[in-house]
Amino acid sequence: MNQKKQHMSYPLILTVMGILLIMSIIGSVVLGRYPIAFKELVGIVASQFMEIEAWWTPTQASLLLNHRLPRILLACMVGCCLASAGASYQGVFQNPMAAPDILGASNGAAFGAALAILLGGSSTMVIVAAFASSMITVGMVLFVGNRAKGKRVIGLILAGIMISSLVSSGTSFIKLVADPDDQLPAITYWLMGSLNGTDPGDVKFALIPMAIGTIPLFLLRWRINLLTLGDEEAQTMGINAKRLRVIVIFCSTLITAASVAVSGVIGWVGLVIPHLARRLVGNNYRYLMPASMLLGAIFLLLVDDLSRNLLMTEIPIGILTSFIGAPFFIYLITKDGERY
Amino acid sequence: MSIKVENLSFSYGEKEVLKDVSFQAEYGQFLSVLGPNGVGKSTLFRCMLGLLKPTAGGTYIDGKSTADMTASQLSHHMAYIPQSHNPVFNYSVFDMVLMGTTGKMGNFSAPGKEQIRAAEKALARLGISHLRDRGYANISGGERQLALIARALVQDAKILIMDEPSSALDYGNRMRVMQTVKSLTKEGYTVIQSTHDPDQAFLYSDRVLAIHGGRVLAYGEPKETICDQLISTLYGVEVEVCSLYEDRMRVCVPANIGQ
Repeated sequence: MNQKKQHMSYPLILTVMGILLIMSIIGSVVLGRYPIAFKELVGIVASQFMEIEAWWTPTQASLLLNHRLPRILLACMVGCCLASAGASYQGVFQNPMAAPDILGASNGAAFGAALAILLGGSSTMVIVAAFASSMITVGMVLFVGNRAKGKRVIGLILAGIMISSLVSSGTSFIKLVADPDDQLPAITYWLMGSLNGTDPGDVKFALIPMAIGTIPLFLLRWRINLLTLGDEEAQTMGINAKRLRVIVIFCSTLITAASVAVSGVIGWVGLVIPHLARRLVGNNYRYLMPASMLLGAIFLLLVDDLSRNLLMTEIPIGILTSFIGAPFFIYLITKDGERY
Repeated sequence: MSIKVENLSFSYGEKEVLKDVSFQAEYGQFLSVLGPNGVGKSTLFRCMLGLLKPTAGGTYIDGKSTADMTASQLSHHMAYIPQSHNPVFNYSVFDMVLMGTTGKMGNFSAPGKEQIRAAEKALARLGISHLRDRGYANISGGERQLALIARALVQDAKILIMDEPSSALDYGNRMRVMQTVKSLTKEGYTVIQSTHDPDQAFLYSDRVLAIHGGRVLAYGEPKETICDQLISTLYGVEVEVCSLYEDRMRVCVPANIGQ
């Protein structure tokens, strides 16, 4: 039997994760085909706030500020959002297998993006279409799910499966009619998920919905514990279960849609990372939520480093997260050592 | 604190589940709601706890109607103790108990020192301090039931509503749990439990409410209420109510068993 006393305390574990995240960010800046050393990183970042004489080349500054740093930030943001959305969905649906796409957010985004590519939209339009389509799809799922007879949670999950399938057949149809020379590869590449070509605009686009979603989830995290016991029990302990669930679902959907819109479909992060976090700090959302956020950011950042450095060409990050995530998940569920 | 249910009726669509149920439980009283499974005991509790909206009548706490109270306000008066269950995620016993403090906190708050002290006190009160850091899913059914009672105590509500607290427990645990609950009534808690076992009602309660077909069949002190006739109506079996220890105790035994 695991006794808490033998563990590191949970706040300490979170601190260690925070330090690891900062180290990963610094390490990721240095990593890359075009070298930028730590010294240059400090200088270029500092030069944004004060006048200093450059000891770096203009190419280094431009690469760092316009490409590498936005991409690193976006990887952290997307990882943080997918993992916290996964953890939240698992709580409100009382289902450890729930992932951020349980209500069709990913499939909805994919449809929007494919449609925008088909219609020849710019990259900004693809992002906006993906985000909007993702939110609309989840809205439809909630609309149908709330009308389903029987248990509400089951109704929502079933509606999610149905509408997701409907929307993804739409995506398949778009792929069928898309121009096989340029549109189809673009759609396929988008569906595999990638942070390649991230620019500062993407970070700005994603930042607002992500902040609107993650801040309430973080603040309400203690109450999510009560929701995992079921609505009736939560209600008798003095919380408005229905309202809380709507808020948590809305916030989780918002950050999932924003993530998928800027990065494409990146699977497994939202399922594996919360489970890893559960192993490290237990199921109490007080620690689980920040642990999922930090681990999600670290994980996606490191995988993205692999994605841009492993081979001469980029490997879409969605492929790598599945490659790494699926075996890791098998390891997690077969390994002993539960914590609470 | 006294709780009063007045002419409460409830229907699921066309199907009438409860009809004109009235009773009350005073400060420090132990009330057993007696009846076979599926007779509306759980529905009655759900209506009292504000989880279902009665079609007529209502619940009053110290004379105040609960109909307009929010979940948070209700939770200050009434705590619900479900049957010991197995939640999806395994929490430590301590976290489980600590959840009871949520009703008195702000939306964005988490338990602090004061709540942690209250939870530790409740664990000690129920004699399960040693289970503090165990997983709630890894302890026995009786221990879980005690943990849920501890959770109700930190909720700081004076009316405890227990759904069949003894039904899933073995003989020893049942006795331990029920005696603990009985001792709480001496500290001023009002306890309302549902049970299908008339002996449980005889053993611990001050009042019995017998429900049959969604209506009140009998209500009063156990000795005056539970008789051969009542049990036969409720359960369709013949029993004899026997008196023990100069009538300080009564039990039901199957009729003809002594002959």
